[in-house]
Amino acid sequence: METSQALKNTDAAQILEINFGPQHPSTHGVFRMTVQLEGEKICGLKPVFGYLHRNHEQIAENLPYAAIMAYTDRLDYVNALANNFGYAITIEKLAGLEVPERAEYVRVIMAELARVVNHITVIGFMLNDLGAFFTPLLYAFRERERILDLFEEITGSRLMNNFFRFGGVKRDLTGANLAAIQKIVSKFPAFLKEFEDLLTKNEILCMRCQNIGILSAETATNAGLTGPVLRASGVNYDIRKVDSYSIYDRFDFKIPLGKKGDVYDRYYVRILEIRESLKILDQALAKIPQGEIMNKKALPFLKMPRNFKPPVGEAYGRVESPKGELGFYVVSDGTPQPWRYHVRAPSLINLTILEEMCLGQKIADAIVTLGSIDIVLGETDR
Amino acid sequence: MNIPVEEIKRELEAHLPDVKLRLIRNSLLIENPEDLTQVALFLKENPKFLLDYLSSVTGADYLNYLESVYHFYSMAKKHGPVVLRVRAPKNNARVPSLVPIYRSAELQEREAFDTFGIIYEGHPDPRRLFMWEEFQGHPLRKDYQQEDAEVLEVADIAWLEARGIKVPDEMKEKAKTLHAAGQRAVAQKPEKPRN
Repeated sequence: METSQALKNTDAAQILEINFGPQHPSTHGVFRMTVQLEGEKICGLKPVFGYLHRNHEQIAENLPYAAIMAYTDRLDYVNALANNFGYAITIEKLAGLEVPERAEYVRVIMAELARVVNHITVIGFMLNDLGAFFTPLLYAFRERERILDLFEEITGSRLMNNFFRFGGVKRDLTGANLAAIQKIVSKFPAFLKEFEDLLTKNEILCMRCQNIGILSAETATNAGLTGPVLRASGVNYDIRKVDSYSIYDRFDFKIPLGKKGDVYDRYYVRILEIRESLKILDQALAKIPQGEIMNKKALPFLKMPRNFKPPVGEAYGRVESPKGELGFYVVSDGTPQPWRYHVRAPSLINLTILEEMCLGQKIADAIVTLGSIDIVLGETDR
Repeated sequence: MNIPVEEIKRELEAHLPDVKLRLIRNSLLIENPEDLTQVALFLKENPKFLLDYLSSVTGADYLNYLESVYHFYSMAKKHGPVVLRVRAPKNNARVPSLVPIYRSAELQEREAFDTFGIIYEGHPDPRRLFMWEEFQGHPLRKDYQQEDAEVLEVADIAWLEARGIKVPDEMKEKAKTLHAAGQRAVAQKPEKPRN
């Protein structure tokens, strides 16, 4: 009875509730949104999480510190190196370990290469969501493969790198590696120009992306958004500059900012960030010194990871991962396993105000907005 | 850039004399969880601190009590972190929600409720985040007992036998006794943690 009453009510009858995902290609894996539609207009949106939940935190609390490094790769599987970086600096903070000069340079070089890989992948996938099926994505993947081949040569794996160690890195970069990186870095601007000629002033891209998914600076700050999404709204906040962790204070680079905070700004901020990353890479390759790649105090723990027992205490370490602020909160009780291990995942928290960004827009625009936030479900669901 | 915790404590005590604070490992413990909202609001609006960005909210289980930990930063003044923590008893953990002040707490408080069972009062959407609605227990608590996935239940056996799959009598017996006792199979924890 009640349903037929509701159907007679014309307002209610026009609202259609659909489940968007978890198998939709634009949801990057297994993400679901419950969308309420009035015609094609969105009047309500609730994200649903948990399809890829494996309780990463509990798994980590039963493992020795060193073994967790391999699990952090699986958080954001597009750029495993940034996750390694965040976890390594947190544990170094907890245990008070220093990192040798050369290792810091190796870390920065690898992390910035990962940022370049992540940003071109994201732009490719976002254009896929726009309907530019696979042509721009495959242009991006062509360049990404070059960097991934290099990762395979250096770390042994294309995606699950597991390259960082407490107090250093797993392997040194040889002269041949450095030359190969230099070659990629010097060739990359030509690709970016090709990519931008295709896209930046493309009329269809401009029409679909400008004034879509607008986010004001105040809302973005209050909702805890970080990374390129925040900077596209015009907030100057980059953890590489603010905390200047590792050796980021030695490089000269700018923080690109957007003006409006729409999808187009998020796209363009990422293009500019790639250019800044290339600048950092150029400087790091020119300055990289000779020397050790592991702290001598940390060497014994490579063979016997269960002997690594940080003193009782806690640490919160954070890095600027390509998706935003990636934070690790670790509490040690003096045993080989952490008492508490928590990951502050940017992909999850950047979704907090997805509903506000999409309200009143067409459903096709919601897909683009989601694509421009850049989420990876391995990190969102943990 | 870091603000010394002692300075924040002094400032808070001068402006909010009713709030009891304690220093723990470079962070501030608020003795009464009810005071959390006014402390957060003060730190957000005081021009000296301007902590406009709540980075991380999470829980922790310390056997006798649960703890909710907050990491604040300032995007305007580019300093931080300021760490606040509140403690609540395990059987009835209630902490005021910070969502009205910081939207960024929304999903993180839901996560802490899901995994630790801390109830955030005043949260606009207090559901589980990762687990399904019917899920029992809070998996990150130290006394959480994990289900043994290898022990079949009565319903599983009925399903298998309806499809012509033979189940050993031993498994059937175990399922029956567990079902009669109204218990679920609990996985044995290894004596030593895995390497």
